[in-house]
Amino acid sequence: MSVLIILLLPLIAAALVCLPFKKFWAAGVTVVASLATLILSGRLAWHVSAGDPVTADLSAGWLKWIAVDGLSALILLLIAFVATTAAIYSVGYMGHGSLKPGKLRLYYLNYNLFVFSMLAIPVLAEPTLVWIVVELTTLCSALLVSFENTREALEAAWKYVVLSLMGAGMALLGFLVLFAAMQAAGGHGAYTWTGLIAAAPLMPPVLLQMAFLLILIGLGTKVGLVPMHTWLPDAHSQAPSPVCALLSGIETTTILYVILRMFPVMRAAPHAHAETWAIVLGLISVGTAAFLLLQVRDYKRMFAFSTVEHMGIILTAVGLGASVAGYGAMQQIVSHCVTKSFCFFAAGAVLIAVETRQIVSVRGLIRRSPFAGAALVFGGLAIAGAPPMAVFLSEFSILKAGLVQKHYVTTGLLAVFIVIAFFGIMLHVNRMVFGARENESGAGSLNNHSEPGNKPHLPFSCRLALILAAVPVFVLGFYIPQPLHNLLTQAAAALTK
Amino acid sequence: MSDTTNQLLNNLNALITGLFLLTAFGIVATRQARGVLNLFIGQSVLLATSAVLLGLRYTSDHLYGVALVNIISKAIIVPWLLRKTTPSEIYTRREVAQALNIPTALLIALALAILAYFLGQPVLNAVAPEFRGPNVPIGIAGLLLGAFTITVRREAVPLLIGLLAMENGAFLCGIAIARNLPLLVELAIATDGLIIVFIMGVLTRAVQKQIGTTAVGELASLKEATVEPAEKEAAQ
Repeated sequence: MSVLIILLLPLIAAALVCLPFKKFWAAGVTVVASLATLILSGRLAWHVSAGDPVTADLSAGWLKWIAVDGLSALILLLIAFVATTAAIYSVGYMGHGSLKPGKLRLYYLNYNLFVFSMLAIPVLAEPTLVWIVVELTTLCSALLVSFENTREALEAAWKYVVLSLMGAGMALLGFLVLFAAMQAAGGHGAYTWTGLIAAAPLMPPVLLQMAFLLILIGLGTKVGLVPMHTWLPDAHSQAPSPVCALLSGIETTTILYVILRMFPVMRAAPHAHAETWAIVLGLISVGTAAFLLLQVRDYKRMFAFSTVEHMGIILTAVGLGASVAGYGAMQQIVSHCVTKSFCFFAAGAVLIAVETRQIVSVRGLIRRSPFAGAALVFGGLAIAGAPPMAVFLSEFSILKAGLVQKHYVTTGLLAVFIVIAFFGIMLHVNRMVFGARENESGAGSLNNHSEPGNKPHLPFSCRLALILAAVPVFVLGFYIPQPLHNLLTQAAAALTK
Repeated sequence: MSDTTNQLLNNLNALITGLFLLTAFGIVATRQARGVLNLFIGQSVLLATSAVLLGLRYTSDHLYGVALVNIISKAIIVPWLLRKTTPSEIYTRREVAQALNIPTALLIALALAILAYFLGQPVLNAVAPEFRGPNVPIGIAGLLLGAFTITVRREAVPLLIGLLAMENGAFLCGIAIARNLPLLVELAIATDGLIIVFIMGVLTRAVQKQIGTTAVGELASLKEATVEPAEKEAAQ
């Protein structure tokens, strides 16, 4: 029941924000709705972690497609968390410019619909319905990506929609083939994730393999796996910063979740080499992203490439197979999600302070805006994987699991790429925050803004969101609460079952 | 049903799917946006016809529903919505800039269709006889040709139709191998197609307002290696 309320809340909020009230009405409604969603998802995750999952009730008409196990609950909780912090961040970030009220309402309408479509993904258990909500995430977020309506933003949105929908077309065929495989296996049981796992041993392996590859490539496009990643740095850098936090922090992970659901099914077809595919695609993504990180020019693109890197790490960890690596992958999902959303909040703060996205024209940020500078350093260190932050802990446990599994080459490559990415990110961040201003004429664009009396002002809600988002980034680096540990264990079990 | 009727229905279905493949080729090769749109409508009608024929053949009421949903959404609402949301002058102009010339594009399309046949073969071998038919390889071909259309086109509307044609291809395959899918799913997928048209129509309009053309292929400023406008200004 609470699942239905979680799904309804953003829809109600979407309807309410359309009402033409005062400036902060839409923002307030969105914050309240997402906070309520967060509380309900937290409660649901709590129950699930205590061993009380919501299973599909086959007799109950519409409800038969809704199921929440450990993995779903984890993703649900993360979506609700990022949606909340991003909503708080939006209040100040979107409000501080001179946007028309109508445009602002449009933003919040799309925001809530986008959150709804993401929340529906882990909750639904029927693969074709999941496919539809995956499409919806693309369509609801398209207008958010193009929100600033510049030439670049429109280009980014266009690429994003076309490539994602192309991928989705392939994935649709994959899900239909999967359905055919289910029928070939006798057609017993419902077409749900659990039904698939049960029927998998009887399915023709060739159909399973084809379905898996179509889904991996198709949805992998939307996750941003190399070589289908070309749209990702564009879309994730051109959207308004709170939207970037949603796109990069959680949308990619949510789509990756759908791919992960295929792995327990693929266990029945060892000849399809699902794990090998995951490791190969994962490593290619990590490696490419690591080298591209060295030469980015735009700091929002930098964080976008880091998303490609982290998706690769998670996929590689899942490919390593054992439950230890599965636990590491789940941990990585959590730490990437909280850290990356923080990073984009920080990038937004920097953008407010310096009004440019170019890395070269930002120098000595710590003197200009200490808060934004400190946030950027913290975010950079955290996402690059410095101890004692969450990402460090999760990357460490993945590498450890890799060594225990005797995947020496994979683990070695992964470690090397992670180190390269670390240097790439820290190089840019360090220059931006602490670097000395080059000769005054070179940094002409910045000079105008650094006149005294023109101090940038970071809205209060942005500061609040940054502080809220920083808490898990830091705390999860050395302490994982028992309920979360249980949830992670269950999620890993759902993966390796 | 008697054997001759079944035979007749099978043959008719083969004819219809053959025509479906032709429309997919047509979408690759037609330059005018209006022509592409008409071919897409024809393709959707053929898809619905194939669903009806398979429904008669295997006495499945469900497939009639699929056909109805398809006709209403793709042959009626999509064209209407497309004309509502996109600027009307797109439909009268000929698309000059195409990434490949038409003979080359058609040759590659032919190669893709042959590839689709080989991709479809293992699927046909794995499913029960009643799920076999020309729908599977031709559906896959429709999907691949749709994707190919997207890669060679520069104009917004033919690109969008390429996306919808991909979905049509997946569906043609689906009505043969996954014909017991819940009708709710079909309805949702049809609605989804409408949302695609709406959102992309809005985007196309915004692109035209911003850069004065709907040739989205010209949007190519976001790259790693290029010097971005802000830097250019700083350099001057």
